[in-house]
Amino acid sequence: MTTLQTTKGPEFARLMGLGIARGENVVTNDDVAGPIDSSDEWIQQRTGIVTRMRAKPETSVLDLAERASRDAIAAAGIEGSEVDTVILSTITHPYMTPGGSPELGARLGCPTAAAFDISAACAGYCYGIAQADALVRAGQSRYVLVIGAEKMSDFVDPTDRSISFLLGDGAGAVVVGPSDTAAIGPTVWGSKDGAKFVGMTASWLDIRDNRDTPFPTLFQEGQTVFKWAAFELPDAATKAVEVAGLKPEDIQAFIPHQANMRIIDQMAKRIGLPESVAIGRDIADSGNTSAASIPLATERLYRDGQVKSGDLALQIGFGAGLVYAAQVVVLP
Amino acid sequence: MAMSDKEVLEGLAEIVAEETGLDATEVAGPKSFTDDLDIDSLSMMTIVTLAEEKFNVRIPDEDVKDLVTVADAVAYITKAQS
Repeated sequence: MTTLQTTKGPEFARLMGLGIARGENVVTNDDVAGPIDSSDEWIQQRTGIVTRMRAKPETSVLDLAERASRDAIAAAGIEGSEVDTVILSTITHPYMTPGGSPELGARLGCPTAAAFDISAACAGYCYGIAQADALVRAGQSRYVLVIGAEKMSDFVDPTDRSISFLLGDGAGAVVVGPSDTAAIGPTVWGSKDGAKFVGMTASWLDIRDNRDTPFPTLFQEGQTVFKWAAFELPDAATKAVEVAGLKPEDIQAFIPHQANMRIIDQMAKRIGLPESVAIGRDIADSGNTSAASIPLATERLYRDGQVKSGDLALQIGFGAGLVYAAQVVVLP
Repeated sequence: MAMSDKEVLEGLAEIVAEETGLDATEVAGPKSFTDDLDIDSLSMMTIVTLAEEKFNVRIPDEDVKDLVTVADAVAYITKAQS
């Protein structure tokens, strides 16, 4: 009898190297306050954002992704040609097809790697880590490059008071490869039908059928999203710690998606993290960069000396869908 | 078991005081959450969620805009409990 052969990989996978890129320009609250009839004080009080980093017009989302990826590959100590899978999480690659990952792979020296984009919005980085971990441990891939990259500023409406003023541009990348020890905990993830709470103001078909339709930009029902993120998702984050066989006091860092400082504060409170846990708060300077925000916040914690290689970090991404994913990782 | 208006007010005042730093005695029936107590929309959602947990009631997001004063919230919670 013919038997199908399958692959079997290493028992464990780990994050091997991190790289990031931020938009080149600092955009202050005063720069965005006028069209929404707001102020620096109002924005800081409600979001914790002081500045956001936005890319130059000529910088594309793939340019940001490439910069972050080159640093991640170098930090991992491998060559670009050794990457055999590229997973790009983005909602701002401005083509419905093809995805940006094949071009990104070609730029990075791995032009034949398996390459696909995922659309999981602000949860995309953690979704990518979950997939990369599974691919490596299944023996399907050896080195997976996971990138969260966004040029959110291409899809903002300066007069929108719901989300546009929060948004920044950036990219974060990490190489996931084989490990001798457990270094990526099980992912706790899920979704809920919430298209009306975060999304785009119009579809391609709306524009096809009515050319007067304004260019689609992002919107959100801020209060509903706040309640979901701040009060429902801490249970998922707590579960991610439990299924990794850990307790909150075992964690050195909490790195949530950088949506709003008040969500971050409330999550940390609800999870019951000890004071000793470093908390990613990069939103203050970088704004909300969707899929890029967790790696950007991770880099900031390294730079500020709040975490080091080998620390355990609880990360949770959440956003449009609604979708979420949480996992504990050993920092590279 | 349903609580009295007074008990709900006291419990709600504790939540508001915890969220805002105000003294619980300032959280009186006629006070407007936004105009008098200076509570913004995200703090209001926090207060509503904590009230749902404390009083074991459900307050849909679309009803929150109708809770203008502390008395409105007390009446809503009391009715939801009955």
